[in-house]
Amino acid sequence: MTNLTEETFGELREIAARYPQPRSGLLPMLHLVQSVEGRVTPEGIQACADILDISPAEVSGVATFYTMYKRKPVGDYHVGVCTNTLCAVMGGDLIFDRLKEHLDVGNDETTDDRPGDKASITLEHIECNAACDFAPVMMVNWEFMDNMTPESAVQVTDDLRSGAEVHSTRGPKLCTWREAERVLAGFPDGLADEGPSAGPASLVGLEIARERGWTAPSSDSSGDTFGTADTKTAAVEQADTSRAESETVQEKGQEDK
Amino acid sequence: MTDTLTPVLTDNWGSERSWTLAAYEAQGGYGALKKALSMPQDDIIAAVKDSGLRGRGGAGFPTGMKWSFIPQDNPKPKYLVVNADESEPGTCKDIPLMMATPHTLVEGVIISSFAIRAHTAFIYIRGEVLHVIRRVQAAVAEAYAAGHLGKDIHGSGYDLDVVVHAGAGAYICGEETALLEGLEGRRGQPRLRPPFPAVAGLYASPTVINNVESIASVPSIIEHGADWFASMGTEKSKGYGIFSLSGHITRPGQYEAPLGITLRELIDLAGGIRAGHELKFWTPGGSSTPLLTAEHLDVPLDFEGVGAAGSMLGTRALQIFDETTCVVRAVLRWTEFYKHESCGKCTPCREGTWWLVQTLASLERGQGSEADLELLLDQCDNILGRSFCALADGAVSPVASSIKYFRDDYLAHLTHGGCPVDPAAATVFATQGATA
Repeated sequence: MTNLTEETFGELREIAARYPQPRSGLLPMLHLVQSVEGRVTPEGIQACADILDISPAEVSGVATFYTMYKRKPVGDYHVGVCTNTLCAVMGGDLIFDRLKEHLDVGNDETTDDRPGDKASITLEHIECNAACDFAPVMMVNWEFMDNMTPESAVQVTDDLRSGAEVHSTRGPKLCTWREAERVLAGFPDGLADEGPSAGPASLVGLEIARERGWTAPSSDSSGDTFGTADTKTAAVEQADTSRAESETVQEKGQEDK
Repeated sequence: MTDTLTPVLTDNWGSERSWTLAAYEAQGGYGALKKALSMPQDDIIAAVKDSGLRGRGGAGFPTGMKWSFIPQDNPKPKYLVVNADESEPGTCKDIPLMMATPHTLVEGVIISSFAIRAHTAFIYIRGEVLHVIRRVQAAVAEAYAAGHLGKDIHGSGYDLDVVVHAGAGAYICGEETALLEGLEGRRGQPRLRPPFPAVAGLYASPTVINNVESIASVPSIIEHGADWFASMGTEKSKGYGIFSLSGHITRPGQYEAPLGITLRELIDLAGGIRAGHELKFWTPGGSSTPLLTAEHLDVPLDFEGVGAAGSMLGTRALQIFDETTCVVRAVLRWTEFYKHESCGKCTPCREGTWWLVQTLASLERGQGSEADLELLLDQCDNILGRSFCALADGAVSPVASSIKYFRDDYLAHLTHGGCPVDPAAATVFATQGATA
């Protein structure tokens, strides 16, 4: 069974048309497949392959590489608990343990429907989600749930299952996982104006600067740039050459310009 | 004398509806774009060069020089790709920037694309940040509606299209050539260099790839001048940068300061290490930069200072851990991350990170012997510098540096028969009476 309709095919082609080369659309196309199918299905893979004129194996190779693509059905809400080092230490491990016990699921598993449940939850431990100043962090359908405790995490999942309205700490009322996947495919849902500009931690430095009257220098300030590399060789020496970012490795035989 | 904190990028994060075009323009936004469109393109590149801006994604390569590598006699289209795949553990500056003031980035994209003569630009945002993607999508749509994007921008004759592209979960796509693979609809596996992206990047065309914060810094350089930017920072590390403090400190958060500020100053501003505790170890720029300790509190946080201390400035992701943290647990967890995120292309990385986890995990359980520390260092030696990209190099950083500074912590696991530290004591809610 597939939910892919003619309209879906039209939208998949629309994604491919955003790019100078259609294959660049594959990642958002697979997000759209997930929003329609609830996972990456064989039919969805075939659809992408047909539209991009590549083999299903090539699409599968991509779908299995990226962790946001799921081959098993995902629940209405994907709950991700950060257990990378900083969040784990700050309490993420305890939150993840508590949720596994409370939801009676393991990693990457979905809750059973109980009588009266309005929604299901898929639980997963996730890697650093770039909100370390709000640790421990939980993501619901890739929306930030900042500064969690085991108790608040349990409350969020209880509310989600009972159908109560839950808001991201830095965003709108939580949508479903499928709705979220549609936005990732590049079809906005009109919710950009919900939520604050920034969470409290994002503003602490700014607030201190305001209190103390600290600002960036005025426009007429000047400094010399004598110390900055002006040749490629010098730039390579100054940059972190143990990190293989492209230009930090000299091309053999290429003279400095 | 420059002030201790110098909000530029963060300056309007607290403004009412700061993410909207109206709020951004009310504070002078898109003024730099108008100025740039009247400048010769090479003068823009020269200004960014003269400012001394070095890449804010970690490696610190001069941004203007990167732009000047684009061969303008190459008949193929030129592309600008913004690396918004912020995933390095501890790094959390680009995400709040794009959430609060996406137009700063969009304006930077337009000026930068104009300078390198690109007519298509891509913002590759990691997929796991839904609301940030909404905000950037909306900002790009607003910029089109206002005539900042599209055909003949403000009568200049210059055309630019911007595509917001969501990734799908892969740390490796923060590596620039893996990002290009992802953007071409393939598995995110790094490419062999040369050729470099400046010559053969996206679709084998000349491509500039810059970090979000680098591109977002461009409008301020155009508006205030290269000299202004260079009046901040240190001799070889010019300008301001966002310092992200997380972990066991009183007020974690984002602190924008000239490069060269010290962790001691930052911790002081952040209200100190959390009450009743003391600093044990920290990362200067994410988990891929070697750990430092309390003896490095006065190291200037610029490229040269942190390098001289045996680590790297990286992304200024200052993860702070106090004495309740088990360093072996911390390092094992990071190593599991690198093992999980290795793309599998290069054997030293794919197999090496797996073996590091095996060795570290048994040490953490109190199994093995002191000789396993030498084994770990030998494994590191067989991983470092032997792969296409820097992921594996980053993976050995926490292992090698933790053995250097905390050998006794490893040995304590052997004598104790397991981890001697109570993980509950390290949690943020340890003092709030919450339990698991």
